[in-house]
Amino acid sequence: MPKKYETPLLDELEKGPFPSFVTEIKKAAARSDMAADELGQLEKSYRDKRGYWKHGGIVGVRGYGSGIIGRYSSLREQFPNVANFHTVRINSTSAFFYTSQFLKEMCDIWDQYGSGLTNLHGSTGDLVLLGTNTENLEPIFAEFSSRGWDLGGSGSAMRTLSCCVGPARCEWSNINTLDINYNLTQEFQDEMHRPAFPYKFKIKTAGCAVDCIASIARADLSIIGTWKGKIAVDQSEVANYAKKGMNITEEIVNMCPTKCMSYDGSKLTINDADCNRCMHCIAKMTKALKPTGEKGATILMGSKAPFVIGATLSWVIVPFMKLEEPYDELKDLIRKMWEFWDEHGKNRERIGELVIRKGMREFLEFIGVEPVPQQVKEPRRDPFFFWTEADLQK
Amino acid sequence: MEKAEVAQKIYELVEKSIGKKKLKSSDIQKQISADCGISRDEVKEALKDLVDEGKLIYTYFGGSFVEIPPKE
Ligand code: HEM
Ligand code: SF4
Ligand code: SF4
Repeated sequence: MPKKYETPLLDELEKGPFPSFVTEIKKAAARSDMAADELGQLEKSYRDKRGYWKHGGIVGVRGYGSGIIGRYSSLREQFPNVANFHTVRINSTSAFFYTSQFLKEMCDIWDQYGSGLTNLHGSTGDLVLLGTNTENLEPIFAEFSSRGWDLGGSGSAMRTLSCCVGPARCEWSNINTLDINYNLTQEFQDEMHRPAFPYKFKIKTAGCAVDCIASIARADLSIIGTWKGKIAVDQSEVANYAKKGMNITEEIVNMCPTKCMSYDGSKLTINDADCNRCMHCIAKMTKALKPTGEKGATILMGSKAPFVIGATLSWVIVPFMKLEEPYDELKDLIRKMWEFWDEHGKNRERIGELVIRKGMREFLEFIGVEPVPQQVKEPRRDPFFFWTEADLQK
Repeated sequence: MEKAEVAQKIYELVEKSIGKKKLKSSDIQKQISADCGISRDEVKEALKDLVDEGKLIYTYFGGSFVEIPPKE
């Protein structure tokens, strides 16, 4: 029987209407010594208001520089079963589609070799297995790889890619998010498993500007589907929405960020030249409005959580790129970006931070992309502009 | 240059840096390709072999580094 700890503080987190991770850990703790000690250490952390995990180090599986995150308790005497409590990241599937058979097998393997605690999915997008010791790492890897699975990314490497559900279930998708996600994952295996970057690099793909995967806020490279044609309007469906009580002026026209819509009480008109394809109107009036024409994606870069500088959102690099297999134009662009980062990036500097430090001019010249107005994220506050010799010749 | 020879150079570089500076994969690629006048891809391939054979490992100390595995 695993040891039982009193956990008055954690118990508080079981109250309320939401699912509780404490309840789940308790279930695992009834059967696993590791999960029991994990619970004990967590309660102590809450009581002492400090964390007791150290991470990093030298653990991993042969040939891989990522996918395993070494984790150690700094209270090994008190909680010996979590002295080593390493995390295993399994590369998730595109848009997280699994068979129930795989999920059962995964749980069985993990009950045998680890704490039984999982995280589907971590904010990294990986299928995360939480807590095992060093001896079990190779056997766990063998179990998964023999079934066709692989480790995800960690460290100074390309991280496990993720994408929205896209055309698998969503009619708004302008690109095949799942295929792009899978294709890039296969293409960049070395970059994922043999860390050679200054820091992490994340790629997230969304089928449209609704951006269900939040790529704009948490990817060094955000790929967001868009279109080139007009928005087709079905006026009879517009009338239906009005009849059902939608206040079209308030909820649609006034909410359009570029003020390119008008409504005279019966007819909805869009000045497509001014539309920035934000998806607001389409998401609200799905039956009445539909994008037409060429489909592709906007390629953005640079978002990340606060670290060296504050939180940043991605900004546009290429306003429109056609994305069809084998995605060569996209892959070339990504490789060029990495080259720039490799040349100039400091240790632990994200690519977006580097471009902010060096300036867009140098970056665009290096990757061979023309400056265009869409790349302007916000107006500058200072009035200075430095011309180069080359500019003055013109 | 033979791949095994490149691998030997990489190993020596990592060995020499013990206790002085942890090397990142890109440090090794830059250094060896400059020293030996070969492409970075060639260095990468040789490094790949060393890691697959277990002669070198990746470590993580606030960033990913390439090191000689600790003696048991
Ligand atoms: C050789 C000495 C200096 C030179 C050549 C110089 C030059 C300039 C220039 C060209 C500007 C921009 C003016 C504009 O808005 O068009 C400026 C602004 C300014 N300077 Fe100086 N400056 C000097 C020394 C100083 C010193 C010693 C201080 C303060 C102790 C100072 C404080 C400021 C401030 C506060 C501004 C306004 C910045 C802003 O609001 O954007 N400057 N200076
Ligand atoms: S981001 Fe767009 S395409 Fe993807 S699931 Fe969300 S609404 Fe659909
Ligand atoms: S997609 Fe956005 S910008 Fe375009 S018309 Fe609709 S609300 Fe306006």
